[in-house]
Amino acid sequence: MEKIGKQTIKFNNPPTITECAAIVGPKEAQGPLAKYFDQTLDDEFWGEKTWEKAESKIIKETVNTVISKSGVSSDQIDCCFAGDLLNQCISSSFGLRELSIPLFGVFGACSTFVESMCLGAMCCENFAENVLCATSSHFCSAEKQFRFPLELGNQRPPSSQWTVTGSGASIVSKSGSGPFITHITPGKIVDMGIKDANNMGAAMAPAFADTLISHFIDTGRNPSYYDAIISGDLGHVGKEIAIDIAKSQGYNIKSNYNDCGVLIFDKAKQDTHSGGSGCACCGTVFSGYLFKQLKERKIKKLLLIATGALTNSTSSQQGESIPGIAHAISIEV
Amino acid sequence: MNPIETKQTYQEYVDKKSPNSPILKNCFNAFWVGGLICTLGQIIMNICKERGFDQTMSGTIVSIILIGISAFLTGLNLFNKVGKFAGAGSLIPITGFANSIVSPAMEYKSEGYVMGVGGKMFTVAGPVLVFGISASILVGIVYMIFNTQTMTLV
Repeated sequence: MEKIGKQTIKFNNPPTITECAAIVGPKEAQGPLAKYFDQTLDDEFWGEKTWEKAESKIIKETVNTVISKSGVSSDQIDCCFAGDLLNQCISSSFGLRELSIPLFGVFGACSTFVESMCLGAMCCENFAENVLCATSSHFCSAEKQFRFPLELGNQRPPSSQWTVTGSGASIVSKSGSGPFITHITPGKIVDMGIKDANNMGAAMAPAFADTLISHFIDTGRNPSYYDAIISGDLGHVGKEIAIDIAKSQGYNIKSNYNDCGVLIFDKAKQDTHSGGSGCACCGTVFSGYLFKQLKERKIKKLLLIATGALTNSTSSQQGESIPGIAHAISIEV
Repeated sequence: MNPIETKQTYQEYVDKKSPNSPILKNCFNAFWVGGLICTLGQIIMNICKERGFDQTMSGTIVSIILIGISAFLTGLNLFNKVGKFAGAGSLIPITGFANSIVSPAMEYKSEGYVMGVGGKMFTVAGPVLVFGISASILVGIVYMIFNTQTMTLV
């Protein structure tokens, strides 16, 4: 493991992503990626009494699924990085409390999944044989915490995004047959002064562009090196902005760039406005869809950049702007 | 053009790039749904009057019925769909007020009846009550100052 350039880490013995699993809610089950997920739920409660409990159950079951699929027993997993959106990350800590694996709670808002994978990959270069990375989010619990009660009859602006209900989990291992994490580029906080909590894509797009360009400068690569560059949850609005910003800095990403928030829902049919968001957006799209594409070698070189809006409802009400962050991992088969 | 040159240029760029709400469509839907709700209120009012209730009593009955319908539809997870379609059309009449109290009550039931339902019931309607009551007190004071001669003590 060595640092190259300003902020990128190159792995000399690239860790492997051994297995991934994803469970999603009913809305995602109607979306275009439904067939790629391990399990889709019929309702948001999944037999639980509260949405928070349901979210904990989703991450718990996703982790159980990835462990059983991978063939790695839980006592062979050295540590776990997990996080979510709810206050003090209760979904992941409640969901994983019976797991008996050392846990590092991680918060990077919607960038948590890639942040966990970055940390997991670094552990695998050092002491760990296997590391578990998991995130979750739930539309109903997120709406309750960040916006209004679900039954309130209000209108959402077209730039707003729809929090993905679900969980994505992956096991990163020291040795294996790929796909390999070759580089990671942890991102800086970028705040361009956007205050509109209904336009997270615009708030996070500059952070995405910053990490993207830092990655290219540090590695000496350019956009055409990758088969696909995928951002976490910029949505339709943020995606267009990200393309424009990258272009203005001399990088044309239009042909091979897409966004998990754009991929997971059908904008025209599902009324999700600007697209998906939440920790599970990048988590489920990678664990469900992108990982299979890598395994089947349909994508050979992937740059995954998860974006996060580091805000909460108090800071929004106090008129603070929304700082964005983005973490990148470069994955090759 | 570099959109992220300064915070100001970025804000202007984002404003231009972000889609606007369909204002004409929203206004039209708000107009006819809001009108329909008010017409329904008027029909109830006329029926009440025909049955011999006075103006004040009929008005109270209209409020109770519209609040009841709105709360019921909120409980059935239907009012939010009406609200999404009609916006201010269903929000401004008393139906919106009922919805703004019932929806947090339902949402926070999981935190218990006292601190959940009781404590959070007015999170959305609270500002309306505070400023509505404050405004009526202010108007009352102004009325008292300028109309002392015509005021009759009951």
